[in-house]
Amino acid sequence: MVFGYGYAVWAPIVWLIAIVVLSVIALIWRSRGQKSYKKGTAQTDVFISGVKVPPEELRHVKAENVYWGFFEALKDFYNGMMKPHTGIVNDYILWFVAVSVITVLILVLAR
Amino acid sequence: MEFLTEHSPALIIALPLLAAFVIPLLGRAGAPLRDTFNVAILGFTAFLVAVLALDVYTGGTRVYTFGATVPEMAVPQGYMVPVRIMFEVDAISIFMALATTVVTIAAFIYSLQFLKGETGQERFYSLLMLLFVGMLGLELTGDMFNMFVFLEILSIAGAGLASYRVNMADAVEGGFKYIVISAVSALMVLFAIGILYAQYNLLSIAALAHNMQYNTLDMIALGLLAIAFVMKLAGVPLHMWAPDTYAVAPAGITPMIYTSSAASMYALYRVTFTLYGGAFDTGAIGWVVIILGVLSMFIGVMMAIHQTDIKRLMAYHAISQSGYMLLGVGVGLAVLTDPVALASYGRDAMNGGIFHIINNALYKGMLFLTAEAIFFRIGTRDLNRMGGLGHKMKWTAAFFIIGALAISGIPPFNGFASKLLIYESVFRFNPLLSVIAMFVSLVTLASFTKVFYSAFTGAEMPSLGQVREVPKSMLIGMGVLAVCIIFFSIFPGLVVDAIVAPATDALIDQASYINGVMGAVP
Repeated sequence: MVFGYGYAVWAPIVWLIAIVVLSVIALIWRSRGQKSYKKGTAQTDVFISGVKVPPEELRHVKAENVYWGFFEALKDFYNGMMKPHTGIVNDYILWFVAVSVITVLILVLAR
Repeated sequence: MEFLTEHSPALIIALPLLAAFVIPLLGRAGAPLRDTFNVAILGFTAFLVAVLALDVYTGGTRVYTFGATVPEMAVPQGYMVPVRIMFEVDAISIFMALATTVVTIAAFIYSLQFLKGETGQERFYSLLMLLFVGMLGLELTGDMFNMFVFLEILSIAGAGLASYRVNMADAVEGGFKYIVISAVSALMVLFAIGILYAQYNLLSIAALAHNMQYNTLDMIALGLLAIAFVMKLAGVPLHMWAPDTYAVAPAGITPMIYTSSAASMYALYRVTFTLYGGAFDTGAIGWVVIILGVLSMFIGVMMAIHQTDIKRLMAYHAISQSGYMLLGVGVGLAVLTDPVALASYGRDAMNGGIFHIINNALYKGMLFLTAEAIFFRIGTRDLNRMGGLGHKMKWTAAFFIIGALAISGIPPFNGFASKLLIYESVFRFNPLLSVIAMFVSLVTLASFTKVFYSAFTGAEMPSLGQVREVPKSMLIGMGVLAVCIIFFSIFPGLVVDAIVAPATDALIDQASYINGVMGAVP
């Protein structure tokens, strides 16, 4: 089970034991939490500074909005990336020709 | 048993090939008979692959010459060079064949329920068998021309399967793109083989490697072969067909087309290490492979995280993961002629890259199956229209979590073990490459967190109220791969020692491959 290649030793079983131990500690901790709250009352409702909270299914953030800031910051990068992804098979073949020529030149010159 | 062991290389190809043509006839007698026949053929082929693997791991490289009185005799009496069609099976060939077989079985089991009620199932299973034959043949052959033939078989079968759902326009488009890029790649492979044949009058890989002069024409042939295979394995910047094809292929087929890309990667390794290894300084081609690997890793993952179509997202991740394999093996190739560097870190880098091939075939295959399970139930691949599926599709969610953690390189999963090998050894070659590889893993985790959050968490959507778990055969298909992932995760050392390290050594040891065929030649 011990993985001794490379420059470090990796033993998955040690990791698994650590996960089990930490999980048990987390569950014990959780079981000692507050139990006296009343379910289904305002005590368990979502509170957003008094703003009316939409139903649960409408609160799910859409995939296109996840990491919005990341994509906004890298807008120029993504604009550049989208340009070659034309979806046109002729362009795919042009890329193939270009990369082949460059590779052959490198190999012939490096010989 | 001795007969099976002796003729296993031929039977592994012959059985599914024959089955591909029998299936349409059996289909007329009813689906149960056809499916039972398919199970029997795949099961027996898997048994033969296991028998051959045992033979190769215990007895070394196997040569099987078709039509010879003694199959091991590659060079006929009175000849100086091999002239017959032959298979040469070493540890890397059989390693790839094992990965191919596991994924095909899982894909087949998964497809049983997925295709229920669909028309054209006979053609589907015929093409599935042909795709299986194409991959296995490509991996076992010891002959350049047959490599081209099997590449064509897998390409044509793959295109037919990708466009199986002909009622969907994008499926037809995906299949069309796949056949165009496959045809162009195969033509370049054929052209390169023609260049080599014109010079050496040989087609056997071992015989060609033995006689290679490394002249300008040989370098042109190497460039054409390498880039044709990079196109087939969807390395950046020749990757653009992959999301278009992977996204539209039916369940079970996407993992198989992806595995056929891994077979093309094997062909790239076979050409660069075995055909052109030896006296040639592989530094330049090694760096070409490394650069393509880094581009594939980085651009693949950055494009993946931006997607909202779950299968396109996974397709870009497939491209990104191929980058790790190219990087690991590329480093080994770059230092192949430097024995100190090769022993110090090059071999470990190759171990990491090759271990990643089988790991990735397992968890990427399973992730594609989970994506198709979602599509099967809700009829869309759009993540924006998903949410709360974890309430009803608990098993699918569990399989997705296993696959997502494995692909992101989170311990203790198998993806971590292979990536750890790559990080550590590539760091010794060039620290920047290792840092990029780690960054790509982080973005991979972020991307799959997005998918898990979007598809499985949150309240149940009113529009998805009728959703329920997928049928059992689909769960079993995913389960087969999940069990393999867990086994590989808990016993990485065993897997590397038993099948990965011998595969790496087989690639490095060009002389042994040549001697397997040319040993008898004075």
